[in-house]
Amino acid sequence: MCSASARQWWPVPDIAVVLPSVLQPLAGGQSVLTAPADGPVTVGQLLDSVTAGFAVLGRRLRDETGALRRFVNIYVDGDEVRRLQGLDTPVSPGQEVVVIQSVAGG
Amino acid sequence: MVGMATAESFVLAIGTKKGLWLATSRDRREWSFTGPHFLMSEIPSVGIDTRGGHTRIMVGVRSEHWGPTVAHSDDFGATWAEPEHGAITFPADTGAAVERVWQIYPDAESRPGVVWAGAEPISVWKSTDGGEHFELNRGLWDHPHRSDWGAGYGGAAAHSIVVDPAGDTVHIAMSTGGVYRSLDGGSSWEPRNKGISAYFMPDPNPEFGQCVHKIAADAAVGGRLYAQNHHGVYRTDDNADNWTSIADGLPADFGFVMLTHPRREGTAWVVPLKADGERIPPDGELAVHRTDDAGSTWKRLSTGLPGHEYNSVLRDAASVDTAEPAGVYFGTRGGTVYASADEGETFTEVIGHLPDVLCVRAAVVAGA
Repeated sequence: MCSASARQWWPVPDIAVVLPSVLQPLAGGQSVLTAPADGPVTVGQLLDSVTAGFAVLGRRLRDETGALRRFVNIYVDGDEVRRLQGLDTPVSPGQEVVVIQSVAGG
Repeated sequence: MVGMATAESFVLAIGTKKGLWLATSRDRREWSFTGPHFLMSEIPSVGIDTRGGHTRIMVGVRSEHWGPTVAHSDDFGATWAEPEHGAITFPADTGAAVERVWQIYPDAESRPGVVWAGAEPISVWKSTDGGEHFELNRGLWDHPHRSDWGAGYGGAAAHSIVVDPAGDTVHIAMSTGGVYRSLDGGSSWEPRNKGISAYFMPDPNPEFGQCVHKIAADAAVGGRLYAQNHHGVYRTDDNADNWTSIADGLPADFGFVMLTHPRREGTAWVVPLKADGERIPPDGELAVHRTDDAGSTWKRLSTGLPGHEYNSVLRDAASVDTAEPAGVYFGTRGGTVYASADEGETFTEVIGHLPDVLCVRAAVVAGA
């Protein structure tokens, strides 16, 4: 019989992805999607995880090559990932990832 | 479907820079509208499939933010469906991504469920499930000319698809690249531009590289097609082996539109524009021109059109229906759509003040 301490279960912390309102219908109405992570993951891996059940949402964010769409901006703790390492930018549990569409247009 | 106009319903799909409007009518003069559908997304392509007595409206949708997709409706736009993984997506080995779907073309009645599409980057696609999933045409994608094809102002796309309803011949047109023909249902492709000018190139008569804006087939004469080129209006009578000019009699040989009659031999419509410097209707006077003799003569048609108009009409912003007499429809970049219930003799305004009209498609339907 294992000791109580050996059986202690610690919840794996989440990384939250905050969606703009226009995309929330494609995520079942959710404004925040979360992915469990026990360590750093890349933004690309995070998107893979949170869009796994929402394929149309995934296609709105990235094209079929996996590239982030031109006017989709993703921020990690306030920094736009194109200024970091793009979709390879690491993100850790507890950090917040925000999806914002560019204000381009006319 | 052929029938008297008064006994049929008509549906008119208007794709614009900022959404889709759908109009229905009993007489092609009074219209009821729904829309905008897909507000803030451009609609560069629409296909209305009326085969089998059912109506499916397929639309190419493109958001500047969220990318392109294809949606369809089986209830005249009350609801729309979009395949989870996309109707048109490039296979991973191509390393390409769809930028815009330029053409959605239901095949012949004898091939139910088959729908063709043309897209940017230059590619042709075929669906066998009514437009829900398309397969990339590898013959064209792997064509050795690909690296030499260019981009027109609107992008590099296969924008015209014409399928022989009785055989395996398929013609496409691309900007820029010109006309390509397949005699084996799309497995292999050869350029077919002899006689079409490419004045903007060092060799004005290349094998390919022309900027053909639109092609359409004569429904009554096998092997006859018409082309509106970037300067030049042409006809072929030998399945595109040779093209000859039919521009004499037109006020300008530039334009984007080429329409043909759904049944009658020798009848086609164009909307001339002055170019290259202006890109407006000649003298600011909008008119449709129709030939009834395969391009030997042209008749100017402007009754019901405005006295002045400085907006152009884009390549897919025009359509014919299949009624008798045939209806003719077009929309301008100024957001006005016109309809004619008498083959262009008189036009009425369907709607105005829309965003730029990119695509117009009309059909005779049941149950609209």
